[in-house]
Amino acid sequence: MRKGYICLVSILTAVLTAIPAFAWADETAEAVTENAISAGDTSFVLISAALVMLMTLPGLALFYGGMSRKKNVLSTIMYSFFAMIVISIQWSLYGYSLSFGPDVQHIIGSLDWVGLKNVGLEPNPDYSATIPHQAFMVFQMMFAVITPALISGAFAERMRFPAFLAFLVLWATFIYDPVAHWVWGVNGWLRNLGALDFAGGTVVHIISGVSGLVACIVLGRRKGYGSVPMIPHNLPFTVIGAALLWFGWFGFNAGSALGANGLAASAFVVTHLATAAAALSWVITEWIHHGKPTTLGAASGAVAGLVAVTPASGFVEPMSAIIIGLVAGIVCYLAVGVIKAKLRYDDSLDAFGVHGIGGTWGALATGLFATKAVNPAGSNGLFYGNPEQVVIQLIAIVASWAVAIVGTFVILKVVSVFTRLRATDEEQEAGMDISQHGEDAYTDFVLSASMNIPGLSVAKETSTVAKPVM
Amino acid sequence: MTKIECILRPGKLEDVKEAVNKYGIHGMTVTQVIGCGLQKGRTEVYRGAEYSINLLPKIKLEMVIPDEDVTEILKIITEVARTGEIGDGKIFTYKIDNAIRIRTGEKDDEAI
Repeated sequence: MRKGYICLVSILTAVLTAIPAFAWADETAEAVTENAISAGDTSFVLISAALVMLMTLPGLALFYGGMSRKKNVLSTIMYSFFAMIVISIQWSLYGYSLSFGPDVQHIIGSLDWVGLKNVGLEPNPDYSATIPHQAFMVFQMMFAVITPALISGAFAERMRFPAFLAFLVLWATFIYDPVAHWVWGVNGWLRNLGALDFAGGTVVHIISGVSGLVACIVLGRRKGYGSVPMIPHNLPFTVIGAALLWFGWFGFNAGSALGANGLAASAFVVTHLATAAAALSWVITEWIHHGKPTTLGAASGAVAGLVAVTPASGFVEPMSAIIIGLVAGIVCYLAVGVIKAKLRYDDSLDAFGVHGIGGTWGALATGLFATKAVNPAGSNGLFYGNPEQVVIQLIAIVASWAVAIVGTFVILKVVSVFTRLRATDEEQEAGMDISQHGEDAYTDFVLSASMNIPGLSVAKETSTVAKPVM
Repeated sequence: MTKIECILRPGKLEDVKEAVNKYGIHGMTVTQVIGCGLQKGRTEVYRGAEYSINLLPKIKLEMVIPDEDVTEILKIITEVARTGEIGDGKIFTYKIDNAIRIRTGEKDDEAI
């Protein structure tokens, strides 16, 4: 007993005397790498990457899933889930290299970084001098993931899963990766031109929204559109999803500062203010137009505000952000509630109305409200004495629209050669969950079912199960 | 008076409703039901375990109409609800003794 006590004390003493030595070793290590990796910046960017991950899953999955009908909720969630799965791998194999790899003709990155070759733990000062290159890569990966997931809102409830997978990979490769290079890659032509896009107004929102519009027109309206009620089956899901998007968007926008610094704080504040303003203006507009303030309106308005402030978030002051948000709420409401009905395209969950229109307004607004007082690395906008910036923003907008329209159309036509894009009327009537995935989200309506395990089965024969013809 | 009770594919409800409305029948009761018949059911798989779901979701639509409309309404429903595949559903008719509108106390044809 006494012997054990002495032993314990001696161990403790040894440990305690060793601690200062460790601390000293740490100090020298920090001194050596002082000009390289910053612990604060790295932890902030990694957390931001995790926040942006949360936006797709479960944020967007629930936001869209709640708006779909109950027979399609799983298939809607699967679009987001598979964007996460497939694009994460695509990005590490070659997507990151195409977007951020060494420039080729200002159009695309080279294949030098295929398989994350040369993407190590040392910073890459071209993009971020204070965080490991892999931290930057994984942060950008989450953007590449959410962008095609956003498109799925336009063709939800009718696009066959195999066709979606093919579209997903081709779209990421031929549209997202090049446009990300144009805007963010070193020597990308829009970046060289001086186009401002802090966190992805053109790269993420315009190209996903516009591609969504093209996709929903190419696929055609859902079976029964206009006669069968197509109303959200679970609005609390949608509200949870919108709230998670709002939360994750702090990583999206503030994280785009790529450092734990003043610019990140500014981006955080303007993001929040624009979101609140847009939710307010959307709800007030519909209150005037339809007589009731709705929960779905609040959720949609918040997302519209987040979209609109995204390109501007690193360049504008708080009061400008409120104006950007107020306009976004009204414009997106009109796009979704009035223009869509007039033009009769079936953008199931309003990917175009919110992301295409909101993103376009945001990209334009950046050219109006940007000021070097917020970000010396940016430019002044029209209201700060530099009308040229508006022209540059318009070029970026037109280029993103054009590549999204042409690219998506061609990709869908190519995919349709190999597999049917659209679920048949019968498949849509049975629901995409049953017809594409063989599952049912809400099984409380199932009273009897036999389990088909050989030897355990109470079913007489599996052949009694016919193809679902419902 | 005759009560018409039909079992329909869920996707056909709107079409049938619209067609009988157009003919002039506006009152009906609709229930979500499950059932089986010639249509065999479907397979769902949860974590590798396969289930045969033999009771499929259907719509039960009930309406009580004047006798003189019965032939025409039956024709309309049969035409509109038919796809030609197994699982289109069935129609049953019943004689009705009496009908009363609770609000006014009106009876029979006036009540429906």
